[in-house]
Amino acid sequence: MKSSSYCFSDILSLQRNNNQNSREKRRCRQTQSLMALRMWASSTANALKVSSTSRPHLLHPFSFSRCLSSVLDGLKYADSHEWVKHEGSVATIGITDHAQDHLGEVVYVELPESGGTVTQKSGFGAVESVKATSDINSPISGEIVEVNKKLTETPGLVNSSPYEDGWMIKVKPSDPSELDSLMGPKEYTKFCEEEDASH
Amino acid sequence: MIMAVLGKVKEAGLPLMKLVKLRGMPILQQLHLEERLLRTSSDNWCLINDGTSSPAIVMGLSGKLSELVEAKPVLQDRISIIRRFTGGGTVVVDQNTIFVTLICNKDAVSNVQPFPRSIMSWSGLLYSEVFEGLAGFHLRENDYVFDDRKFGGNAQSITKHRWIHHTSFLWDYEVKNMSYLKLPAKAPEYRLTRSHMDFVCRMKEYVPRSEFIEKTIKAIGGQFSVKSISLESIDIPSVSEYVHTTRLLTEQEIQEACTIQT
Repeated sequence: MKSSSYCFSDILSLQRNNNQNSREKRRCRQTQSLMALRMWASSTANALKVSSTSRPHLLHPFSFSRCLSSVLDGLKYADSHEWVKHEGSVATIGITDHAQDHLGEVVYVELPESGGTVTQKSGFGAVESVKATSDINSPISGEIVEVNKKLTETPGLVNSSPYEDGWMIKVKPSDPSELDSLMGPKEYTKFCEEEDASH
Repeated sequence: MIMAVLGKVKEAGLPLMKLVKLRGMPILQQLHLEERLLRTSSDNWCLINDGTSSPAIVMGLSGKLSELVEAKPVLQDRISIIRRFTGGGTVVVDQNTIFVTLICNKDAVSNVQPFPRSIMSWSGLLYSEVFEGLAGFHLRENDYVFDDRKFGGNAQSITKHRWIHHTSFLWDYEVKNMSYLKLPAKAPEYRLTRSHMDFVCRMKEYVPRSEFIEKTIKAIGGQFSVKSISLESIDIPSVSEYVHTTRLLTEQEIQEACTIQT
């Protein structure tokens, strides 16, 4: 599986080293999102300022070095940040790396039973992260054929492995054409950037 | 005159926030109402409950009873334990707890993403206005503190298009009630293994009760057009339209936790 990801520090270093502009541009695959990311860094710094007054070293936006969330090829994505992988007669569903990153540490995953049904855009479960429960919405409709029981004991798999070990349910789709209304990886990447930039 | 016109223009552009002021509503009833409004209404709501009738313990969705509550004294004193639909830690509430709950459409507060940290930081800014002039006020690791002592705990729930931010403010508390709580395994870093008595403080030492409520309403008025409505006038849809999660724990469940703790 090919993974497309980009390093935030690469883009930030572009701002610091204008004299290496051409080299950085070759390395950086998302220069067109520079303005969006600058806004994101600003809003994130503000958020950290509010919540982490005891850690002033985190206030400096240029100290961010983590990579932006990964997006995998071959999957489809919903605007409520779930992914779906359709293979044969079964589709596997989980939440995206972008979602788990924004949620923070997942401490509990509430999932339905096998044999139940899910409806596109409706909730089928929830994740709890420290102070919040967040609904998980299904990208497609169908019958639940399997549930990831590992998440009961190890909810952190959603954080450490959102696209693999952290999968949530497997569904037999009732209408595979529903997949056509979902986003591909490039579209979803753009959607996330725009969502982050506008806040 | 110009100010009045500008005020009206400003107000016309702000999303509507329906304000419900309550006093002494039982916390279980309040949480059911909150869940119903989150799930079935499309309006923005602010509920302010000035105290709840009887002492109760409220836990987050995933809280493990035996790890959070001293079950034996809870059984002996017949204290209710409620598991709520939001996240959040465990809190003892009573007539000296002031609850402020905001339920918002995500489009109504467009600068807030429907994720926990974004909502939390927005709320921190809102309450910074409420506690303006009190230098010690901070949002710290999801709690409201004066310096390093907690006086307000938060709990949230996020759906596809809406979110709820519930805060329990400790205007005052009884030492005895705090002893029902265990030291949680997951505590904020700034707690530094302090006991409850060293960790929490009383709001009443910083701000009068009624002034706090009025200032909160005023701060909300800076971002919403606030309209007061009565509890009776809330048009409550049929409960069957959603599955509610908030519930009272049974005596048997508390007994089982007691057994584990023995």
